[in-house]
Amino acid sequence: MTDQNAEPDQFFLEKYGLSSSALESTLGRVLGKKIDYADLFFEYATSEFLSLEEGIVKKLSKDISQGVGVRAIAAEKTGYAYSDEITVDHLLTAAKTARYIAAEGKERPAVSIQAPTAPALNLYPVERPPIDVPTTEKVKLLREIDQIARAYDPRIKKVMASFSSEQRITLIVTSDGLAVGDVQPLMRLNVACIAEEGSNRQSGSFGGGGRSEYEFFFESPDFESGDNKKRYEQYTYEAARQAILNLSAVDAPAGAMEVVLGPGWPGILLHEAIGHGLEADFNRKKTSAFTGKLGQRVASDLCTIIDDGTIPNRRGSLNCDDEGTPTGRTVLIENGILKNYLQDRLNAKLMGMPLTGNGRRESYAHSPMPRMTNTFMLSGDSTQDEILRSVKKGIYAVSFGGGQVDITSGKFVFSASEAYLIENGKIGAPVKGATLIGNGPDVLTKVTMVGNDMALDSGIGTCGKDGQSVPVGVGLPTIKISEMTVGGTA
Amino acid sequence: MQFQIEQAKELLKSAKAQGATEGDVLVVEGDSFSTQVRLDDVEKISSARGKSLGLRLFFGKRSAVTSTSDLSPASLERLVTDTCTLAKIAEEDEFCGLPAAETCATTFPKLDLVDHEIGKLSIDEKIELARKTERAALSEDPRLNNSEGADFSHSYNEILYAASNGFSGANQGSGVSLSVSPIASQDGQMQRDYWYSSKRKVQELDSPQAVGQKAAQRTLRRLGARKIKTQQAPVIFEADIASSILGHLASALSGYSIYKNTSFLIDQIEKQIMSSNITVYDDPTLPSGFGSRPFDGEGLPSYKKIIVENGILKSYLLDTYSGKKLGRPSTGNAVRGTGGGPSVGVSNFHLLPGETTPDEIIASVQSGLYITELIGFGVNLITGDYSRGAAGIWIENGELAYPVEELTIAGNLKDMFQQIELLGNDADLSKKVAAPTLKITQMMIAGNG
Repeated sequence: MTDQNAEPDQFFLEKYGLSSSALESTLGRVLGKKIDYADLFFEYATSEFLSLEEGIVKKLSKDISQGVGVRAIAAEKTGYAYSDEITVDHLLTAAKTARYIAAEGKERPAVSIQAPTAPALNLYPVERPPIDVPTTEKVKLLREIDQIARAYDPRIKKVMASFSSEQRITLIVTSDGLAVGDVQPLMRLNVACIAEEGSNRQSGSFGGGGRSEYEFFFESPDFESGDNKKRYEQYTYEAARQAILNLSAVDAPAGAMEVVLGPGWPGILLHEAIGHGLEADFNRKKTSAFTGKLGQRVASDLCTIIDDGTIPNRRGSLNCDDEGTPTGRTVLIENGILKNYLQDRLNAKLMGMPLTGNGRRESYAHSPMPRMTNTFMLSGDSTQDEILRSVKKGIYAVSFGGGQVDITSGKFVFSASEAYLIENGKIGAPVKGATLIGNGPDVLTKVTMVGNDMALDSGIGTCGKDGQSVPVGVGLPTIKISEMTVGGTA
Repeated sequence: MQFQIEQAKELLKSAKAQGATEGDVLVVEGDSFSTQVRLDDVEKISSARGKSLGLRLFFGKRSAVTSTSDLSPASLERLVTDTCTLAKIAEEDEFCGLPAAETCATTFPKLDLVDHEIGKLSIDEKIELARKTERAALSEDPRLNNSEGADFSHSYNEILYAASNGFSGANQGSGVSLSVSPIASQDGQMQRDYWYSSKRKVQELDSPQAVGQKAAQRTLRRLGARKIKTQQAPVIFEADIASSILGHLASALSGYSIYKNTSFLIDQIEKQIMSSNITVYDDPTLPSGFGSRPFDGEGLPSYKKIIVENGILKSYLLDTYSGKKLGRPSTGNAVRGTGGGPSVGVSNFHLLPGETTPDEIIASVQSGLYITELIGFGVNLITGDYSRGAAGIWIENGELAYPVEELTIAGNLKDMFQQIELLGNDADLSKKVAAPTLKITQMMIAGNG
């Protein structure tokens, strides 16, 4: 068996019997036409999934996915082809398709690949990748979660828990001679509960994870504040608490009102409202509602928003992006002024802007696009209490389901899964889930208070764009938005 | 497909030798091509070939599934061993297992799912189809001054399935699609919409002219959109949008949601769950249908069945496992990918169109909302609570008056189903999930104030 803990370049070259000269000649073939740039992306990913339901770990699955993507770029044109067979023949066939986009050229420049390097960053060193932890231990964990949730309250009738882990080995070889590889662990634990009271049935869910070791779930993050619950216990209590809480939820209000978002996962607001709109492809094509707004005010001066792929062990972090560029910390909005877009190679070159390390792809079967990593707002000066007390009539939303945005019109939505009424500065009854809708380019101009309590989410985000899913993170301090439309029924 | 039924049977034999009591093998192989033209230039060409094998093994009442895209003999040998190890770790589930041999399909309907003509098109001709579509869109009006591009794509898939209960079968299908997403600007406001045609065969596609013009009209009619006041009003779902409501019905009727008590439609068989003008069927035997298939994901026969008849719920959607949990036979709705065991899905899930034209439906509304776009995921299938972002056209005195946006519609699916007052004659039954224009008596619309 091939050693999956070997350096990525050795891993691919040994496993598939490829040589540096074969890679050089493939890239040379692609470049035989009028191509500006070409790259090869090798990937070998293993994943494991377990799920528990009705007290039984019913589903156990493992998946191995391998392949290579060949990309050629000529001006604004991209040719992409991939194969799940990593052989010289398949590489050449894919190269032929990828280069179709360019006119025939006479010159065939020689490509010389440098010795492969590891990325400069080392954000997720793990001694034992989560996928290598014996499956029996994970089965035990899910069973324990089931018991904790059921013991929380007799009204908890159903518990569903799942554990997924993956290990992704990549190697990127480019026509610039760069060869860089990475080994990316990732894991996620999720708990969902259904509470029943008569015919009233409600759900709650919570989860977390990241690019860490399995032991992450057994740490007590709030130990210093006197809470010795381990992470997996916290997730379980949160899911159960939400489900019970929702049993007493009243209809959500409908209409425009003040909205307070709690810290952490509600940062999905930033992801939908401005993050996607600041991806360079939409701005190069002038199809984003943020097109041409660099240097302009797009948020209140309380708002500074960052995309940072370099936070250790986070779900959205990467040592290098899927084009081999080191990830970085990009200031998107500084004190309300739009500063930067999120770039991949193609768009950075066409726009004459620097790379930001945001060229990502779901797998070898997809060509890269500008994507977010971990997107968050910096803390301000207010306390959460001050913010809540300042609200006359509105809602306080602390947890969310998914969101979506129309890049061009700027309209975005995200759906609250735990929210409360606020009246005259006091938190009132919990409300049923409701969608919030706003306009990306102006929602942040209505941020009138920013809390001092910025938190990143627990490690659950997956972002979809153009049919490609990638893991991401978000973060937010408590903030107040002076007006947003809440889509309730009351 | 290079992989043969015999090889699949060999794998199962080798698993049996290692103690497996039952098992099945699914192989999926396919290729695809897509090209995008933007502002008349080729922006992207991509092509791919891929394959994957999924192996599910049972050790008595324990089971596990593994998959790989490496189909070399050494890799498959390892896969069998790994699956055996994993299955032994799984916990006993008395309801798991393959369907009984005598329930499996023995005859297969001729479905005509493969396009034999697509190979005759050159890459340049495919690019030209996309180019013509974008030109048709952008030439409709000078306000259409930008574009997310036009796409032409096609794909071909083959599957092979063999199980230790003796069933084996294969299927092939293709898909072709043409779409464009133009952008219009006016008074500093930018709007995007799109249109598409998606069929099994290239000769069935709508013309580039038709797709482009429709996309242009849809985009232009959004210009000048404004917000509206929060209010209760009648809501009309355009046919393409109405199919999403039907999708929620399908999810809520999945046997898994029913036995887990995570559906708002539990205990509703033979009860009135929708207004009496509604009939919904699931038909995997429709010739050239996007959801058509000769057998389901567990090798059970394909047949047409009524799900909702005159508003009364007749059947859930079940595979073998969720059926056993509910004490009912499978309805042949197992769907299967290589990455996991069977789950429940629809084939061609259609709401029977009515007699009314969309114009007549619009004319029936004094003041209300005609929805052309929904965004977000605010649907809770456990409670039926529904709250989504929307854009559309406001209706005044029975006519489309002006575009509106940045609003939400909210209600509960239980009530919405009962309040489908009118249904159009305009469902596109070539789609997998299809509904006509639907009018719902009243919903809460949130906007300004």
